[in-house]
Amino acid sequence: MSAAPSVTRAIDADGIVLSLAGDWTVAHSAALEATADALAEPDRKGGGAILDLSAVERMDTAGAWAIDRARTELDGRGVKASYRGARPEITLLIHEAGYQPIEPPKPTHLSPMVSLLTSVGESVYIAGHDLAEGVSFFGEMVAMTFRLLPFPHRWRWTSMAYHLENYSLRSVPIIALINFLVGAIVMQQGIFQLSMFGASPYAVNLVGVLGMRELAVLMTAIMIAGRTGSAITAEIGSMAMREEIDALRVMALDPLEVLIMPRLVALVIALPVLTFIADIAELAGGLIVSWLYAGMTPIVFITRLHNAITPNTFIVGLIKAPFMAATIGIIAGVEGMDVHGSAESLGQNVTAAVVKSIFMVIVLDGMFAMFFSAVNY
Amino acid sequence: MTDAPPSSETPQAVIRVRGLTVGFGDRLVMNGLDLDLYRGEVLGFVGASGAGKSVLTRTILGLVHKRAGTIEVFGHDLDHLSHLEKMQIGERWGVLFQEGALFSGLTVRQNIQMPMREHLKLSQEMMDGLAAQKLRLVGLPEDAADKFPAELSGGMTKRAALARALALDPEIVFLDEPTSGLDPISAGDFDDLIATLQRTLGLTVFMVTHDLDSLFAICNRVAVLGHGKVAAVGKIDQLLLSDDPWIKAYFHGKRGVVRAGGRPEQPPASQPA
Repeated sequence: MSAAPSVTRAIDADGIVLSLAGDWTVAHSAALEATADALAEPDRKGGGAILDLSAVERMDTAGAWAIDRARTELDGRGVKASYRGARPEITLLIHEAGYQPIEPPKPTHLSPMVSLLTSVGESVYIAGHDLAEGVSFFGEMVAMTFRLLPFPHRWRWTSMAYHLENYSLRSVPIIALINFLVGAIVMQQGIFQLSMFGASPYAVNLVGVLGMRELAVLMTAIMIAGRTGSAITAEIGSMAMREEIDALRVMALDPLEVLIMPRLVALVIALPVLTFIADIAELAGGLIVSWLYAGMTPIVFITRLHNAITPNTFIVGLIKAPFMAATIGIIAGVEGMDVHGSAESLGQNVTAAVVKSIFMVIVLDGMFAMFFSAVNY
Repeated sequence: MTDAPPSSETPQAVIRVRGLTVGFGDRLVMNGLDLDLYRGEVLGFVGASGAGKSVLTRTILGLVHKRAGTIEVFGHDLDHLSHLEKMQIGERWGVLFQEGALFSGLTVRQNIQMPMREHLKLSQEMMDGLAAQKLRLVGLPEDAADKFPAELSGGMTKRAALARALALDPEIVFLDEPTSGLDPISAGDFDDLIATLQRTLGLTVFMVTHDLDSLFAICNRVAVLGHGKVAAVGKIDQLLLSDDPWIKAYFHGKRGVVRAGGRPEQPPASQPA
């Protein structure tokens, strides 16, 4: 292979002669840096030094830079350093790629307390900004809905149908499965815990009421926030990165109307439908467990369920679904439109969309719970 | 036809492609293509848009699977490489992608230092210095170092991507349309830079380009891609004498004649745009 960079020192009439040999290339990166540093070690103050390059076999830009830096350092210490015996291409290389001092990047030092306060303040400010942005986005969507109402041809039916299939039909298996499991788990725990009071038949009430009022819609909304909300943010965000949104704007098309509206409408339709399926799956899970685990026949289960729930139990769960869907869609849309430039920003915004929409869905659920108990529904 | 390389007496092929066949579905893009890239030369590669120039580049780089044929780089068959040899070849070539392909989450300086950090053992101080040197070489201002790719203009992106391609002082540089989107002055500077690097480092350059100025100014040889093969290869003067209708149209069209020192055969106004 090639020879590592080396230097030999000698003294002649002109002063110190540093004879460089070998390959001064990045292939020998560690040796290159060490040898170049050794070059700059002065043997004495003042006088002259000659860098003899005639034995250098190969040199690249890194080598040229390192040698030239050593020469500059020698100069700085009052040792007049010059080159000798360089081939024309090496002279040219050192001229083109030689050393120039750079300003070291200024490190920004803040005390930990200040940076803690800064980030807390920034988070609070951003949270307020996000809320304002979300509300303004929601307002825009509502205004657009009313503006578009008289013009059915401007609703993007094809796009809506496409997204509806994606969001609802293709989510059915996973939604049915997780809600079936939740129903089964609640039933099993209910039977187990309530049997201590001899009240295990009331586990049916637990599954019926808790499941239909809260769990089914909540699990479905969380699942859709993770599955569909993230997809919306990623789609819109990558379009924003590639200037596709700007392209729509200059065609005098409103990206909210073209991109967000169909997704939002599809989501608002999809979530109640999925919630209904989730209700059925949840009850089925409870029924199977009560039958296999507690020996309660399906007829008994259904009779008890009939006594435990009223239509409003079911409706309370279903009413919440479109609001949750709108929340998920709006947060996903805002985050998507907010993507700037880098792949990292896309990742951050998708994460933010999922986290925020799950959080908001749970907050919304709590507000609905207070509302329904206040109106005794 | 003489394929003599510019500087060396005995042509040494650093890349040797034989019988390359590449296809997508039932469409063959490369059909038995042969190509040699000699050490120290600048090979310009031209062809109609969609003829497969980028596909050829990506196949040589190992990004597209070939159906048949062999590709040798530095004498190693790319099909039979150990992991170590792959790493070594990765240090010896640099690529300037058409869109730059800078890592969007890193600053320009970090982009340039990325290959250094992964492949070399250098102190941070030296890497900072070398990054600044590469930026100066490609003509970017010093304050560009701390910018993110999204904050760069198109021309700056090209230069930053070239700086990254040069980070390891590679022996071969692949340039995919390096001067497209640059103003004529920048494009000229770019050509000068490539010529300087070729002279000083003995850089071998594989350049896909449509820039006739680049072809005339710095390419030692020009290869023309047509019908999945290298239709013609040679010095540009020889290609100018070619009878092939596409080559004639390419170099003697209304944009080519001026460089070739001729005059349009008919006034441009009478030609459809």
